[in-house]
Formats: sequence, structure tokens, C-alpha cells
Amino acid sequence: MSFLLLDRLTKAYGEHLAVDALSLAVARGEFVSLLGPSGCGKTTTLQMIAGFVEPTAGAVTMNGRDLLAIPAAKRGLGIVFQNYALFPHMTVAENVAFGLEMRGIPRAERTQRVGEVLALVGLAGLFERHPAQLSGGQQQRVALARALVIRPDLLLLDEPLSNLDAKLREEMQVELRRIQRAVGITTVMVTHDQAEALALSDRVVVMQAGRIEQDAEPLAAYEHPATGFVCDFLGKANLFTIEAIAADVATVGPLAIKLPPALATAARAGDRLLVRPEKIAFGPPGATALPATVTARVFQGNHWLYQLDSALGPTLVIRQNDGGACPAEGEQVHLTWRPDDMRAVPAAVAKPAA
Amino acid sequence: MKPQRAAPYLLSLPALAVYAVFLAAPIVSIALISFQHFEFYGGIQPGFTLENYAQVVSDSYYWEIFGRTFAIAAVVTVLCAVLGTFEAIVLHRMDSRWKSLFLLIVLGPLLISVVVRTLGWALLFGSTGLVNRALLATGLFAEPIQFMYSNLGVVVALTHVLVPFVVISVWASLQRVDPAVERAAVALGAGPATIVRRIVVPLAMPGILSGSVIVFALAASAFATPAIIGGRRLKVIATAAYDEFLNTLNWPLGASLAVVLLVANVLVLVTSNRLIERRYRAVFAESAA
Amino acid sequence: MIRNGPVALAFHALFIGFIVAPLLIVCVVSFTPLGYISLPTDGISLRWFAAILDNPRFISAFWISLALGLVSSFISTLLAVPAALAVARFRFRGRDAISALLLSPLMIPHIVLGVSFLRFFSSLGLNGSFAGLVIGHVIVILPFALRLTLAAATGMDPAVERAAVSLGASRLTVFRRVTLPLILPGIVSGWLLAFITSFDELTMSVFIASPSTTTLPVRMFLQIQDTIDPMVAAVSTLLIAGTVVLMLALDRLVGLERLFVGKARR
Repeated sequence: MSFLLLDRLTKAYGEHLAVDALSLAVARGEFVSLLGPSGCGKTTTLQMIAGFVEPTAGAVTMNGRDLLAIPAAKRGLGIVFQNYALFPHMTVAENVAFGLEMRGIPRAERTQRVGEVLALVGLAGLFERHPAQLSGGQQQRVALARALVIRPDLLLLDEPLSNLDAKLREEMQVELRRIQRAVGITTVMVTHDQAEALALSDRVVVMQAGRIEQDAEPLAAYEHPATGFVCDFLGKANLFTIEAIAADVATVGPLAIKLPPALATAARAGDRLLVRPEKIAFGPPGATALPATVTARVFQGNHWLYQLDSALGPTLVIRQNDGGACPAEGEQVHLTWRPDDMRAVPAAVAKPAA
Repeated sequence: MKPQRAAPYLLSLPALAVYAVFLAAPIVSIALISFQHFEFYGGIQPGFTLENYAQVVSDSYYWEIFGRTFAIAAVVTVLCAVLGTFEAIVLHRMDSRWKSLFLLIVLGPLLISVVVRTLGWALLFGSTGLVNRALLATGLFAEPIQFMYSNLGVVVALTHVLVPFVVISVWASLQRVDPAVERAAVALGAGPATIVRRIVVPLAMPGILSGSVIVFALAASAFATPAIIGGRRLKVIATAAYDEFLNTLNWPLGASLAVVLLVANVLVLVTSNRLIERRYRAVFAESAA
Repeated sequence: MIRNGPVALAFHALFIGFIVAPLLIVCVVSFTPLGYISLPTDGISLRWFAAILDNPRFISAFWISLALGLVSSFISTLLAVPAALAVARFRFRGRDAISALLLSPLMIPHIVLGVSFLRFFSSLGLNGSFAGLVIGHVIVILPFALRLTLAAATGMDPAVERAAVSLGASRLTVFRRVTLPLILPGIVSGWLLAFITSFDELTMSVFIASPSTTTLPVRMFLQIQDTIDPMVAAVSTLLIAGTVVLMLALDRLVGLERLFVGKARR
């Protein structure tokens, strides 16, 4: 029995469908990310769950209750806004206590709960500061504390880490996950950062143009993307069109590639063959090796990103920086990969069943 | 580079020169004349005396004028603060189209001469009696109220003239607030009245305070409105100074009134700005992120 | 977003009514066919507008106000633009003091300015002269021209000027081809606001005007103290109409909000 259920949730602005009959089930305690580019409808979906936007159609049920029938102020959700939306004129302690005040919790209990939650997020001792005196990371924790202290049934995060610099963001990702697991709260996060979604979530929901492209666990979504959009959005991808399939051999460009049995049955002519750049290696020449010329290479710290020209067209390869020799620009190399690392992805995106 | 360093001074020089000759000098000269003695048949006498200030400070005629001026200014300030703040909040929450239109309507009158605006009140209070007719029509009042040539009329007309300043000031404060802050309060369970009381008004407070200070300063030094609505009997500082300068011709006495008004004005404006800035610095400082 | 409830909207309606009522009554009364202040319940007449044309004192007051406004706004803009550039572009000792000083007339009550100029000009023999009026008005309106030009100059990205310099432009060329076009809306709106402020000014002008240099607001003020008749309402109606036109022009140029509040809407 799902804890949070979105049933064909729709939001139309005139002719434009921001969210198109979106259905989603979230189990209790799960951390789900809505991931997609700007304009995909993820924030609008969150706003509808929160109660700041009226859906055009559809239902939202939480723990069996119809959430849409309840006004925003009474839904009792914990929300962390993108720019934190802390009350600038109140201290940290007053900010966090505000939700408890609204619930009529007496002062002594408020103080105690505020102390607990600030310790949970790692901000003990900053009670009397004002938000303007805090760093971005600290403000973020206060926003989280304010949302959690009211013991909500559901935590909504609107791009919570997008305003932090790269290093801080990585630290906060770990923190966020730790806190969420400690409290065990059902969480829906909206983000455009695929690395973040993959790192934090129990399930990733990739969205585009108001619809769900894929709803799966991070590893599953990454390794077995359902559509071309998903494999391009999550990580980097090499996509080659399968022109024809005969038995277990696929014709891809000028090459005939032997497919493993599972893939041979699933793939169709017209699908695209996906090979992730990190699954390709530079190897010795051979019957199963693809010759290619290095057109560019970019050093990125723990790996090199290679752009090559091969019989299949432009190809990307990621080469771990393991200290070994790396081919230079202009060199001729041979690319190999394991047959099991190939996937088939449908070519065109048919309108998914409602 | 020499020319580079001199550039800003050279650029500001024309304006500063004009100010030195045509602002500083006149103010100094009026301050000087306030220390001179006036003879009804002799005119202004040379010499230094404090008698003008003594008269202004001790004569009950002037006490009444100071009292009236500051009482009117205080009441006008409170009215403008309350009305202007609520209007600014209402405007802040409007749709774009209406917001622009009503902002134009509320701020536009500032571009119209105070004579015209006050004439309108003179017509509403006096010759057409429309205000009284409206009040009687509501059934809440049994008799017409004397507005023209009364302190009440001056208060109402001055409030009309000055309330846009509070709207501007509060509006500016509210613009600096992240709109998501109100949504956060809603999500935490606050009702609409609580949001206004605990979130919106406190955040608008710097604007309310600085707007109120401006209104008080302008109300205390107002001339045209008290002259037209208040008439000859109800004098305020500005109209009393007008009397001394253009009727009685006792320039030194008038000058002392002007100096008192100037000093009070500058003091009020400068100290309150400092206080407001200091009080709200912690809240509105640039984020340390 | 939190919407305005019915109580808020009712308050708003009353407030707008309060703001508009005096202006509305002035316009309405100016169309009365009768010979005294009354509502035009019996019909509309333009007789009082025609009466203006027959009144040489009001006509000359209008021309004086117009000329005064144009001259003083032009002069104050000429003074304000270089000062604004100095404050906006350079960091120099005394910058804050100079800026505060140039804006200081805003803190001085017009009545004080009026009597000060009266005293000063009479000792110079300038009392009641047009030149005296110009000087007084320049002082009063310069802060307005300065504020708007300053806002435009600081709002402009200084990197644009540096880009022009790096591409080989001389400082004069940078000013003429890059800076000036970008801050022109600010300069023009500053000039326009200065003009409007000068045209409307009463309290100070009352002290330094003479019968031959009476501005329109002063003429109206003196008339009102004498008797209030529909003609002064008619003049006011014309002023209101003219101001509305200028106000729309200002809004188009710079946005009325930015004019008063200093910042474009978020």
C-alpha cells in the first residue's frame, strides 16, 4: 500500500500541459527524486503536492487521505524551498520553532524539540543568529530543521542543493541522506542534477514535457534506460542505430555486431544500441575490436573523456586515470567492450500509456 | 595618474560650486539674521541677540503653534503609517496588471502640485460639502462635521498628500523579501492573519519606519495645506513664518522659526535613519554565504 | 501566492477612492455651467476653460512656470550628470559626503529654503527676479535629477566600458558611444522629474516670486486664498491632464516604480 499516491495528476496552463496525467506511487520511508530539465513539470508537480498550485485534474492521496481537499496550511508537510525561504527577521531558533508555534505546542516542549532537531542537522549552538549571518550550507540546514521539527508525514525538497558550491554540495548530499535515513521520513525531491538524484534516491523518476520517462532504482535506470532521453540525461551515452537484426547479429552501420541472447530477443530493427563510454576500453586489434581515431581528449581529474571517430560515427570513451599510458590526439586505437554491456533503447518516444 | 585622480572632483565641481554659493550661503544668512534685533519702525538692526529664540520658546502664542504643528504631524504620521502599510501589502499581493495600474494611481498624485490636491479637499470640505453629505448618508453621523478651517480637515488633507511616501517605502521593503518566505509560513500552518502579523509587517518594518519619518518631517514643515484648509486662525510653523516674513516683516523672528524647523527636521531625519539602519542591520545584511 | 481576501480588497477600494476623490472633484467642478462652485448637475460647460484664456495673469503665470521649469531642469541636469558619473564610477575620498551633500536639499523644508532665498536675494538685489527663481528651483530639483541619473549610472555594468577601452576607444568615445546611450533613459527621466517638480513647486516660490514673476502654483494659491471659483478648478484640471500625460511618458521610459522606489520589480 503506497504512502503517497499521485493519480493522473495534471496541470494545464491554457493549451500548455505542464504536467500530463502523471501517476506515481511512493512507499513509506522511500526517497524519490523527480529528475529532469527545466520545464519538465517536476517543480509544478511538487507545488501541487504542497498545495501552492491547483491541479487541473487528478488526485493526490497520502496515507489514504485526499490531500487536495486540505488547504496548504493544514497539510502538515515539511517543505524545503530552493532559496531556503528562511524568515529573515527571526533567529535560527525562532525560525525552526515557527511551525511548532502554529500548532500550539507549549514553549518548554518547543525549546526541547528545536534543540533536538538542530543537533540532528549539526547546527547546535547557532540558535541566536539571524539567517543573514549564516553561510549557505548553514541556511540550508536550518531550512531542513524547520521542515523536520514538525514531524511531518512527507518531506518535499525543491532543488535544495542547487545554490551551494560543488564541494559543499557533495558534503550536503551525504548529510541529507544520513538525516533522511535517521528519521525515516518519506521524501520527494526535485532536482535537475542527475548525479544528485542518482546519489540520494531510492528511486529516480525521470521526467520530460510533463510526463514520466522512467521510474526505477538509480542503478536500474542508469544501466537499463527505457528511452533515448533517459540514457542521454543520466550520464553519457553512445547511441548507434540498429538498421537490421538477423538471428543474433545486428547490423549497425557498416558493422555486424553479435548480440547476447537476452538482447537479441529484446532488440528490434530501428532501436538504438547503447554502450556507455565507461564500458569501452582501448584494446589490441582484433576481429571484435572497433578501429577508431582520437579526435579530442579532455582531462577531468579521475578520468579522461575521449572523443573518437569510428566506423559507427562519433564515439565517446571514458578512460580511468589509472596512471597508465593514454592515447593522444590523432592516434589510431581499437575499442572493445563486453557484449553484456550493450543495451537496446527504443528509437522514438511513443506516448506512454496513461 | 594625476588627471585620473582629479577627474571625480572636477566632475562634481560645478554642482558643488552652485551649492556652496546658492545653498550654503542663503542658509547661513538666514541663520545669521535670526540673531538680529528687529525694530518695527527701524527695520533690522545690526548686533547679536538671542531675543528671537527667547520669544519663540517662551511666548504661549508660539507654544500653541508648535503644539498644533507637531500634534498634526504626529496624527498624520500614524494615519499614513497604518493606511499606507496596508495598501502597500495589498498592492504587493496583486496580479501584475492590477499592481502596475494601482501603483500608478497611488503614486501619480505625487507629481501633481500640492495646490491642486489641497484645492480638491477645499472643494470636498467646503463649497460642495460632499464629504459631509457622504458621512450623513451613512447614517453614522447626526450632524455635519466642521472640516474646513479645522485641525481635522488639515489632518485629512495632509494624510492624503503624504500617504504615498509610506506606500513607496513599505513597497520597497517588501520587494526585498523572497516571495517563498510567505509560502514557507503557509506550509508551516500559519493562517492569513498570522502571516501578516508575524511575517509581513515585521519584514516591512524598516520601510514603515523610514516612511513614517519622512511623513513626519514633511507634515511638520507643511505650508500650502495648512494655509488653505486651516485658514488664517489655525497657524502652523510654516504659516507663522510666512506671516512674519511677508506680513509683519519681522524677518529675524521668522528666521528663528525657520532655523528651529530646519534643525528639528535634520535631527529627526539623520538620527532616525541611523537608528533604523543599525536596528535592522543583522536582519538585512548581505548573506555571509 | 497569498491572494487578497474580500476585506483587503474592500479596504483597497476605499483607499483608492480616498486618493482619487479630491482630484476627481476638481475635474468635475471645472465643468459647471454655473457662475460659482457647484456640481455640473444641470449640464456641462466649458465656460471656465474659456475664462482662462481671458485671464492674462494666469496665462502669463503658465508661461513663467513653463520657462522656469525648462531652464531650471536643463541646468540641474547639466550639473547632475557629471556629478552622478563621478559618484558612480570613481572611488574617491569624500565620495559619500559629496553624494549626501548634493542630495541634502531633500532634507531641508521648502519653507526654510524660501525664506533663506528671500533674505539672500534681497541682499543681492535679486529678489523677485526670474534669475532668483531659477536658482531656487535648481537647488530644489537637482537632487531628483541626480538620483535618477545616479541610479542609471550605477545600474549599468561598468565592465561594458572596460570592454570598449580594451578595444581601443578613447575615454571621450567611450562616454559618447557607450555610457551616454546606456544611461540616457535615466538622464531623461531625471530631467523630466526635475521639470515636473519645478512646475509644481509652491512653498519656496511663494517667498521669492514677485508680481511680475508669479508662477502658476503661486498664482493659484493666491487666488484660492482670495476666493475659490471654478476657473482655478479648470486650471487644475488642465494641470492634472498634463501631469497624467507626463506620468505615462515617465512610466514608459523608466517605470514609475523604479522612479520612486529605485528598483525594478523582482
